[in-house]
Amino acid sequence: MAEPTRIAPPAGPPDPPPPADLPPPDFIRAIEDRFPGAVQKLSYWVGDWTIVLDAGRLVDVATYLRDAPGALFTFCSDVTASDWPPRPKRFDVVYSLYSIPLRHRVRLKVQAGDGDAVPTVTRVWPSANWLEREVFDLFGIVFAGHPDLRRILMPDDWQGHPQRKDYPLEGPGELLIEDPVEWLKLRQADIE
Amino acid sequence: MLETYLVPLLKIVVLLNAVLVAVTYMVLLERKVIAWVQVRLGPMRVGPHGVLQPIADAIKLLLKEDITPARADRWVFTLAPIVSMVPALIAFAVIPFDSAITLFGYPITMYVADINVGLLYIVATTSISVYGIILAGYASNSKFPLLAGLRASAQLISYEVAITMMLVSLVVMAGTLSMVGIVRAQLEAGMWYVFVQPVAFVILFIGGLAETNRAPFDLPEAEQELTGGFHTEYSGMRFALFFLAEYANMIVVSAVATTLFLGGWLRPFPNVGALAFLDLVPGWIWFLGKTFVFLYVFIWIRATLPRYRYDQLMRLGWKVLIPLAIANLVVTGLLKVLL
Amino acid sequence: MFDTNELVINMGPQHPSTHGVLRVVLRLDGERVIDANVVIGYLHRGIEKLCEYRDWGQIVLITDRMDYIAAASNNLGYCETVEKLMSLEVPPRARYIRTILAELQRIASHCLWLGTHAMDIGAMTVFLYAFRERELILDLFEDYCGARLTYNAMRIGGLPLDIPPRWDAKVRAFCDILDEKVNEYEELLTHNRIWLERTRRVGVISGEEAVAIGLSGPALRGSGVARDIRKDEPYAAYADFEFDVPLGSDGDTYDRYLVRLEEFRQSTRIIRQALDGLPEGPIIGKVPRLIKPPAGETYHAIESPKGELGYFIVSDGKSNVPYRFRVRPPSFCNLQALPRLVKGHLVADVVALIGSIDIVLGEVDR
Repeated sequence: MAEPTRIAPPAGPPDPPPPADLPPPDFIRAIEDRFPGAVQKLSYWVGDWTIVLDAGRLVDVATYLRDAPGALFTFCSDVTASDWPPRPKRFDVVYSLYSIPLRHRVRLKVQAGDGDAVPTVTRVWPSANWLEREVFDLFGIVFAGHPDLRRILMPDDWQGHPQRKDYPLEGPGELLIEDPVEWLKLRQADIE
Repeated sequence: MLETYLVPLLKIVVLLNAVLVAVTYMVLLERKVIAWVQVRLGPMRVGPHGVLQPIADAIKLLLKEDITPARADRWVFTLAPIVSMVPALIAFAVIPFDSAITLFGYPITMYVADINVGLLYIVATTSISVYGIILAGYASNSKFPLLAGLRASAQLISYEVAITMMLVSLVVMAGTLSMVGIVRAQLEAGMWYVFVQPVAFVILFIGGLAETNRAPFDLPEAEQELTGGFHTEYSGMRFALFFLAEYANMIVVSAVATTLFLGGWLRPFPNVGALAFLDLVPGWIWFLGKTFVFLYVFIWIRATLPRYRYDQLMRLGWKVLIPLAIANLVVTGLLKVLL
Repeated sequence: MFDTNELVINMGPQHPSTHGVLRVVLRLDGERVIDANVVIGYLHRGIEKLCEYRDWGQIVLITDRMDYIAAASNNLGYCETVEKLMSLEVPPRARYIRTILAELQRIASHCLWLGTHAMDIGAMTVFLYAFRERELILDLFEDYCGARLTYNAMRIGGLPLDIPPRWDAKVRAFCDILDEKVNEYEELLTHNRIWLERTRRVGVISGEEAVAIGLSGPALRGSGVARDIRKDEPYAAYADFEFDVPLGSDGDTYDRYLVRLEEFRQSTRIIRQALDGLPEGPIIGKVPRLIKPPAGETYHAIESPKGELGYFIVSDGKSNVPYRFRVRPPSFCNLQALPRLVKGHLVADVVALIGSIDIVLGEVDR
């Protein structure tokens, strides 16, 4: 097994800015015009455009991106998150979108801190339902307005959010427990 | 004295043994045929090419633990498989395997009894076996077998209506309810009734599949259904009895179809004199051959077709087969009167 | 208070036809399904977190185990994503062979889908026939890389192995056999009256709804949406080949069945073109000894047999393991549609619909 090389954890995602000679696509400029102040940063790397947004304007921008004739991002491919512990707003919630009629992609990013709620996009793209549930389950990010926010992959009574960087890979040490009753107590199950 | 008591007794003993052995070996036949359709070999280990497999299965089932559900009605629980199996066996009493053969100088009729309401007798016994299913579902004291049992019995009863209507048109053709009489009527008419009443034949075939809970009508007992069927709580020999009752019913249906439509013990084309050399083959071999063909087709269908959903199955029975059977009856009656 | 007319039934994690450990809790009104609550997570192995502690090269082995029915597709998606991150050029011979392997996987996955779907609806013989063809593909893979299920068949930058001698002749022979066999399956099922009654108008979903709820792959194409990553965003060598993308029209189970059946034929078409045009050359590009993509993140998707298989990988440029490894599993997103599809249908249809969506639990749970 490869030991991760011991280096200082990165402070945040690289998000390199777009090169100076590459103009952003029209729909990005349209967003900057219609929602002034919503776009915090633009990034471009190996052919992908990423828009870092302000969390409060997420739903408006998402609705615009789904419906605007120049964007038409009807298909929400993926909703996921990354954890950057040194940063005060440690989580990056990443939305990967695809437009079936226009065949282009874009990524949206929203930064959230531990305990912050991010508005849900299930009303814009119903496919985000289970994807947001998974982000909640594994990271602990609460999505405000989600119709059914509960754990999806982990058991319902699990404590902790496994995908966070400070959660151990081996889990809560249950494999070291010898007494089954102790294991049950750890799982907070109802025991007699 | 000898003839009135000993000969029938001997016939019953021989027939029961033959039927029970046949039913047991149906298991092997089905496994082998389905395996060969599915590009595999089937049982090969127990005995050469698996011929002793049914015996191994029987021994296994006899040695299994006798489990009865906790609050089930013990008597009814034990009675249900018996009520399923016995009517299938006693239906063989009226099935004619041949007209008469001479054994040691004695002429012996190759049927146990020739009652003049033979067809009615068969319909009556198959109706009794429906009780076995209902009793099994009730006696298991469990929600799902009860529902499944009611469903299965509803299916059986619906298709019985279609079959009985169809049988009436056959009786109109032959003029008699006696099984031997119907075969004789085919001999007189000079051709098997399958050519005269093709619609009735199809109805009997499809209805027979549904009556015996065979694919494609086996949803009440399929594994993919959530409920395991009415025999969920049964194990060991009681389960085996249900299983064997299904095969016994299959053989009954095949034998009845052979008698009514394929001329029973008659050779093909009984009216064509040129084929008289076929009479060298005894009638009962013709009979067994034709029954075997039916059984093979039943198994073949199970291996090939998907299964109907329950509502589609009921719709087929009530909205297609019964009107068809009634229409067949009307047409047969009209033709009989006019011609 | 209680609604006494409703019955709650559990299709538990152990069930003959849920294709793995899936739990569906159905609320019924008589025989009709009002609601289905899908419970997953029984096969969750923490692959995403595990890969944050594994080398870039070691992760290829782990990706095999997600969609274990079509392992080479997972390998392909991962290797392509890392190659995109590193801006690596893959030599043409490697791209062609990767395409052949991916299409063989598509056929193998669809064989398994056909067998299990038909068996759930009652036609048990098709199961044995489809697995006979799948065995032929597994033999081809065993010839190529030595494994039958988890191949580890690709490396970042190309392939570890070139094709063995006479392998292309065997693949061609297989394509001929398969084309005949697909006709056999069609004969058994496509115009069979019982099959039509069980699959027509079962689980109808319109194109817009399918896109909104996140369906992808043949399930989406069955509703008439022309979305295939091999055509829209070509990867590997797909841009060089001519093939059609079958589309359905009604969005029911029967159309999804027809789409996948036609995909068999299109896959053999692609394989033959790839074999005919297979270029000479190296099978792996110029890959540095120690793989360390520069700092950055990307999302790349391929068309796996089940749908859009996407990888979102973040590299911090300094360590030899990824910082964040995320898989967008097609089966997970397709399974979301199940409650919407089964509403109003009978219990017997639930099993047909689970088969029609074509899920594999290794991918759903990771």
